[in-house]
Amino acid sequence: MRKPRGDVFTALNFLVMGVGCAARGQVAKGLLLLAGQASYIFFLLSFGLRYLSEFLTLGNNEQYTVWNEELQINQVITGDNSMLILLFGILTVAVTILFVYVYIINIRFGFKALQMKNEGQPLPTFREDLKTLWNDKYHLVLLTLPTLGLLILTVLPLIFMISMAFTNFDRDHQPPGKLFTWVGFENFKEILWSNPRKSQTFLSVLGWTLIWAVSATTTCYFGGMALALLINRKGVRFKKMWRAFFAITIAVPQFVSLLLMRQFLNDNGTLNNMLLNLELIEAPIRFLTSDLARVTVIVVNLWVGVPYTLLITTGILMNIPADLYESARIDGASPFVMFRKITLPYMLFVTAPYLITQFAGNINAFNVIFLLTNGNPRSIEYYQAGKTDLLITWLYRQTVDEQDFKLASTIGIIIFFIIGTLSLISFNLFASKKREDEFS
Amino acid sequence: MKKQNIGTPAYHLTFRTRAFNFISHVALTVLSVIWLFPVFWLLLNSFREESGAYTSYFLPKGLTFQNYINLFTNTGLYDFPLWFMNTLIVAIFSCLITTMFVLMTSYVFSRLRFPARRPMMNIMLVLGMFPGFMSMVAVYHVLKLMNLTQTLTGLVIVYSAGAALSYYIAKGFFDTIPRALDEAATIDGASKNTVFWRITLPMSRPIITFTLLSSFIAPWVDFIFVSVLMKGKADKFTVALGLRQMIERETVSAYFTQFCAGAVVVSIPLVILFLMTQKHYVGGITGGATKG
Repeated sequence: MRKPRGDVFTALNFLVMGVGCAARGQVAKGLLLLAGQASYIFFLLSFGLRYLSEFLTLGNNEQYTVWNEELQINQVITGDNSMLILLFGILTVAVTILFVYVYIINIRFGFKALQMKNEGQPLPTFREDLKTLWNDKYHLVLLTLPTLGLLILTVLPLIFMISMAFTNFDRDHQPPGKLFTWVGFENFKEILWSNPRKSQTFLSVLGWTLIWAVSATTTCYFGGMALALLINRKGVRFKKMWRAFFAITIAVPQFVSLLLMRQFLNDNGTLNNMLLNLELIEAPIRFLTSDLARVTVIVVNLWVGVPYTLLITTGILMNIPADLYESARIDGASPFVMFRKITLPYMLFVTAPYLITQFAGNINAFNVIFLLTNGNPRSIEYYQAGKTDLLITWLYRQTVDEQDFKLASTIGIIIFFIIGTLSLISFNLFASKKREDEFS
Repeated sequence: MKKQNIGTPAYHLTFRTRAFNFISHVALTVLSVIWLFPVFWLLLNSFREESGAYTSYFLPKGLTFQNYINLFTNTGLYDFPLWFMNTLIVAIFSCLITTMFVLMTSYVFSRLRFPARRPMMNIMLVLGMFPGFMSMVAVYHVLKLMNLTQTLTGLVIVYSAGAALSYYIAKGFFDTIPRALDEAATIDGASKNTVFWRITLPMSRPIITFTLLSSFIAPWVDFIFVSVLMKGKADKFTVALGLRQMIERETVSAYFTQFCAGAVVVSIPLVILFLMTQKHYVGGITGGATKG
């Protein structure tokens, strides 16, 4: 189709948004677009430009103290706040990108309206436009709020944190007292090779994180599914009761049960005291403070995770069409063959995304480690880390205890790269891409 | 003659089945005991008369209800009733918003087709893998900009704003609902909006329950976000943060039994909710829907 020749309104539409639409009779649409442009300009002038101009240096004026002769006190002269400059700078860039997107839409709307008018078609009224939202463009209605929430409270903060990995923001460079600035890839170099202590710690912690994630995910998944199948067995009575027993453990908040477990398994905790009293052991078993801790956390995690898998798989197991089993039985398939050929493929198909989430969740299994061992036993070879520390708890310690934000964000980005690629590959490989329409 | 031969393996099979059933029940009993053990220990401790965190015995020496009474009346140092109400309010609002967001997002990705669909799904998948509290410092500043730090509203926003990221489970569920149902409704003149509210949602009780439940639990168990957001503002604490404060090293021996009582009280609404919604997990819902 040939692009229609524009008139003066088309040209004006590049300058003043909404003119293109309004000139062809779509007044309400035009006014909305114009309002968008006006609010963007207002935002830029009143807020955005100030931060954008200092974005490259993250501020030049450091806070300092000066003796005030009149009042006879030391007076603090506030300088630039690097953190706010960074955060609001990113916000301004984000809003600008959004604006550019709306601007492009505006141009497209303008051309479309002109084209339809030239061809003598009736332009959709504002009401008709709104109506398509309930049908063909229904995704816009449903996705707007969730996406907005994501953008403001997940994406924006995330970009902020990512940028921190490229600055020297740590305990010695803390706003508002001090400035921090861009340092490029310095932090990544340090953690990967140039600082031996940090890079060695990183490799060890990474190794343990992967071992932990694989064992935690598989034990919980297959344990939970086995339990679900066991309860679903035809001959088993009181199915509801068994499920309720396990469900109750979910209802107990995780931090409560984990803190209890810690008290119970402690070096001088109840279990050790009891075993000592019974003279079964001579010295307390150091469940949480020796190398044994790595086994302990996996076992305790099994206790935490199995009921969840049970809960999720039970419903899905019952959604497997019964006729599949019936025809298999008629063909003389054994229960094991039925499990391998029907149950497992179906389960993997439906729960693949869940499994991947679980795996990613386990890499970031903060609660279990933090509450149970807090990363201990500490190791002197490690840089501020312990034997059961996952990357995520190491990151947490850098943020909260050491206030080494640059290291924390660097770790965070590396975590992200590892699981991001891993999950994307597996998600696109064995989950929904080609087959998502198949099973229905 | 031949008839008897057929009968024997059948009898044999029932014996085997019976043996398996017996073993199943034994196994389930053992597993239940293991899984319920910490819960049982928690209950016992909450009724324990003598204080102290580390005992050398399992059964308490004396039983009392005093821990619970102290929890609700002795509010000078730790105001448990207030924390409980805070958490309840936050949990109700955030679970409603979260569930709506999750259902909306997963319905879109399961049923509607538009150009940005796959990129968006991948981006969300990747976003969900970033550790949430890694960006907590930034979230704090964003909320401060909106004047929402140290408020329960801020907490609700923090818990529910990212809900769309956990769309996969519900989407997996929607994918198993026969598409023929949607098509039938569309032929009858239903819009996408009607299909969503009148057909998909009513058939999705198990997944709605699951989402409601898991998002209702979140505020009760999280203490990272709440500790950053409510720093030093004890009257806006949630139970998790408050209870954890009770067993700090300095107060653990005096308050451990009271902590257990608090933990029991927190668990009660969650347990009740569970027993109420259990039936939605059981029983397939799509079986035979297209036939009728």
